[in-house]
Parts: sequence; C-alpha cells; structure tokens
Amino acid sequence: MRQMRWYAAVAVLAIGSVAGAETLRIEGSTTVGPIADAFADYFKTIQPGLEITVNKTGSGNGAAALIDGRCDIATMSRFMKTDEEFKKAVEKGVTPVAHMIGMDGICIVVHPSNPIKELKSDQVRDIYQGKIKSWKELGGPDTPIVAISRDTSSGTYEGFHEMVMKKQDMAPGIEQVNANPQMHARVSSTVGAIGYVGMGFVDAKVKAVRFDGVEPKRDTILNGTYPLSRPLFLFTNGYPKLGSTIHKFVTFHLTEKGQELVEAKGFVPITKY
Amino acid sequence: MTTHKDSFIALPAPAADRIYRPLALTPGEDLKGYILAKAGHAVLFAITCTSVLSVLLIFFFVIREAVPFVRDYSLAQFLTRSDWYPEAGAARFGALAVIVGSAYVTLAALVFAVPVGILAAVFLSDVVDFRVRAWVKPMIEILAAIPSVAYGFFAVRVLAPWMQTHWGFPTGTNALNSSIVLAVMAVPTIISVAEDSISALGPELREAAYSLGSTRMETTFKVVIPAAHSGIIAAVVLGMMRAIGETMVVWMASGNANQIPSPWWDLSQSIRTMTATVAGEMGETAKGSLHYGALFTVGVLLLIVTFTLNLVSEVLLARAKKALGKA
Repeated sequence: MRQMRWYAAVAVLAIGSVAGAETLRIEGSTTVGPIADAFADYFKTIQPGLEITVNKTGSGNGAAALIDGRCDIATMSRFMKTDEEFKKAVEKGVTPVAHMIGMDGICIVVHPSNPIKELKSDQVRDIYQGKIKSWKELGGPDTPIVAISRDTSSGTYEGFHEMVMKKQDMAPGIEQVNANPQMHARVSSTVGAIGYVGMGFVDAKVKAVRFDGVEPKRDTILNGTYPLSRPLFLFTNGYPKLGSTIHKFVTFHLTEKGQELVEAKGFVPITKY
Repeated sequence: MTTHKDSFIALPAPAADRIYRPLALTPGEDLKGYILAKAGHAVLFAITCTSVLSVLLIFFFVIREAVPFVRDYSLAQFLTRSDWYPEAGAARFGALAVIVGSAYVTLAALVFAVPVGILAAVFLSDVVDFRVRAWVKPMIEILAAIPSVAYGFFAVRVLAPWMQTHWGFPTGTNALNSSIVLAVMAVPTIISVAEDSISALGPELREAAYSLGSTRMETTFKVVIPAAHSGIIAAVVLGMMRAIGETMVVWMASGNANQIPSPWWDLSQSIRTMTATVAGEMGETAKGSLHYGALFTVGVLLLIVTFTLNLVSEVLLARAKKALGKA
C-alpha cells in the first residue's frame, strides 16, 4: 500500500514535470526581440506553466544557436546566409525554415535638434566612410559628425552594410554599439550623432530622416518603396509540428492579436486587413 | 578487552557504561587513521588542483584555438596593421589599433588611479584616526564589489552626455570616459593592497625617523613610502590588471571605434580595446573560422600580458614580505 502511494507520487511528479516545464527558447536579433517578448508575454497568459526565454544577442547569434540546438526559435532581422549558416545547418542535420512575421525599415536617425531632413544614400555612405566629417558639408550646422554603427553580429548592421554601404568597408573611426536601445541612447544624447535603428526604435527623442526622398512609413516599407525595408523572420528547425507550441508561436503574427502586437512594437504587419 | 590489560601502559579500568578510547591503538585502528589521513589529504589536494588545472586548461584551449590562425595568417600583419575588417570579402585582421587601445585606457586609468590610490593609502595608514579608518576602508572595498555593468551604465548615461555638454567633446563615449571609469574601479584595489603593505611596516621605522627630527611629511615621503615600495608597486600592478582585463565598461564607454587616436594624446576620441573586441564579436563567429582564430589570438595576447603582470606582482609582494622579515 505504502509502496503504491510512492509510485503514485512519482507518476504525478513525472506528469507534472512534463506538462509544467515546457520551455521555449528564443534567441537572436535585438530588432525582432521586442516582438518576441510581446508574443511571449501573451503566450504566458494564455498558457500558464509555459516558460519562454527571449535572448537578444544579434541575428548571427540566433542562427548559431539554432544550428547548435541551443534554441527552438531564432529571431532574425535578415535571412540566413546561404554559404555559411545554411550550409552548416544542413551539415549538422538542422533544416532552417523561415517564418516571415513582419516588415521593418532601417531608419537613419539623427539628433532631434539637427535641421537635416533628408539624406541620399551616397551621402550616408560617405559619412560612414569618413569622407564627410561635418554637418556643414550637408547644409547643417558646423558640428562634427559622430557616426555610430552597430556591431558586426547585428542583422541591422548586415542590412545597412549591404543596402547602404554596398558592402564597402566603414572608416576605422566609426563608433560601435551592441544593441538598438544603446544606439537610441547614444543618438538621443549626442548632438552631432547619426545612427541607424529598426523602425520600432524611432520616437520623439531621435529623428528619422527621409532616405533617397522616401519617408520611412508603414506603406512605403510594406510596398518596398522605402529602400531600406526588410522582412523580419523567425527561424525554426524544420516546419514545427502542427498544433505544437512552437507552431502556434511562429503563426501567431497571422492572428488579429499578433498583428496588433507587431504594430504596437512599431513594425509593419505583413497582412493587409 | 584483554589487549588493554596486557598493554604496558597503565590504563584506567574501562567503564562499562561509556565508550573508552585507549591511547595505544590496535593495528586496525592505526591503519584506519593512516588511511583516513592520507585520503583526506588526497581529497584536499584534488580540490586544490581543480583551480590549478583550470588555469592550465584555459591556457591550453585558448592557445590551441589560436594556433591555426597564427599558422594561416601573417602574425606580422596581425601585430603591425590596424585594419580590422572581419566581415569584408577579403577579411583583414590588423589588431594594432585594439592593442594600442587597451594600452591607452589602461595607462590613462593608472595616471588617474595611482596618485589617488597611494595618497589615500598613506592617509588611511599613517594620518587618520583609527576609528575613521575602520569605517572608511570597508566602504572603499565596497567600491570593488559594484558590478562592472553598473559602472558602464553610469559611463554611457551620465558621464558621456556630461562630457559632451560641459567639455564640448563631439562624442562622450571615448578613451577618456573609459579611463576615468576604469580608474574608479582600480582605486579600491590599489588602496587596499598599498595600505596593507604600508601599515605592515610597523612603528619602528617611523619612530626612528621621528627621533632623528623628521617631520611627519618627511617621514611619510622619505621613509615610509620608499620602504614599502615593493608592496606599492604590486598594488599598482594589481590595479593595472583590473583595468586591462575589464570588458563591460570599455565595451560600453569607449565607443569601440577601431582607430589609434591622432594626435596621439587626444583622449577625447573613441577607441576599442582587445577585451571589447573579443566580447563583441565572439558570438557571431563560426567555430574554426579565421575570424574565430583571430579573436583567440587576441585572447592569447591578453593572457600573456596579465600572466606577466601577475608574475611581477607576485615577485614584488614576496620581496616586500622578505624585506619586512629582515626589518
């Protein structure tokens, strides 16, 4: 009798640990991070006992974590690189599947006191190559330009490097910060600063300029007229089992609540409703 | 029982109601004690070895990962050029700028921290009332316990904007900012070690100096500080290690621009250090790639520097102890 009770206790514990300890590990982009956080918060309220961790370490780290099996979902603000990441994933038996959950525009931001309203892509490139050193050369005040970039493991950096720099090297004097919030803090507190952030990080404290004549807005980003618009991804290993928590998570952006959250974080939902 | 009666040593009669422990041990007990002592010794030795072993393993693994890079990439270019473009089509790894950057912030931090640290140590050991010292020294040591990310946060959010508005620097995250914060972090170490070695000198030296007519100033600067010089230098070296190995603060406060300031004395420019480069780029590199190897080679350089500094401080502290023994 006593032994049976013991077995029952073990069984209850085992079932409890299976049901209660379901965890979802999410890692990657600091741009997509806020969306993943918002989704995670919502999932925790509708599915108590579910544990979700969201690490914001950069798209490259997300890809590496998915390949190494250290996360269930990789958040990425760029696609996986074919020659490095995809190849390595396949070699390790991981099949990366992309779920596009929204659109973002890389916004070129300056200090709100800066009178500059518009920049051309070659002007921005010249700034980051150290050829333009003062705002005076662009018709602004006589203050030195402090150009700030993201670190090289950022997906936003990759997008900027490809679409604005045309893969050319930046000047050595460019400052680097390791996350969107840091970029926001630096630009909002430095009069001569120029930087770039995901659309969700533009607010009253930093000013997004028109890029090649196009203002970063919801419709210009969605239809691709804004030159620096890009899709945001969740990557999973294979298509998740239908009905599983991972499946619900990566399709959540299609629901009304999901679209609302994407939009609340300052990004553009992909569905037009 | 019989063994006790037969033994040569006179023993009190064993009482039936309590456990009796004889002075003369049976061979079994003797062996058991011997084994226990040896086993205890071995366990403690193994525990001590884990830390020694981990140091050796760190050396082994860091060097092992760096070897392919040193073999495949020119070490001369790594050490003499400062174009660090790991993401470019033809990746280049010139680490000179980050090596110089580390040297800059470390030396500048020492320029701020050493005078403050030594003077504070002298003040605490020779000048101030013992009751004040009992309060102040633990407070200073708390400074060493503040996590570095808190310092970094202060550097970015408070010090950087302050420098921009009050000193007119174009950018507040620069070499000066990180040096100042590193100095604040190194000061407690310097004060603590220097104060220990100064107060360990004992009253004899000071009394001898006073009896020869020296003032307190002369005693302090001409007798006490020279006598404690080994300990003070060791304190400085330990503070230097704290500064050169620090990662979070320089990653947040230095601006991370891969350049050597020009003109060379202009600390208001952004720089990047070895530690920040490794911390910032390690996550994205593919294991075994050239970039990965380059970061480990930077790590080996850092290890060599800190190892040398550590050795120097050990030798100096040992010398300080020996000199004290003679006196």
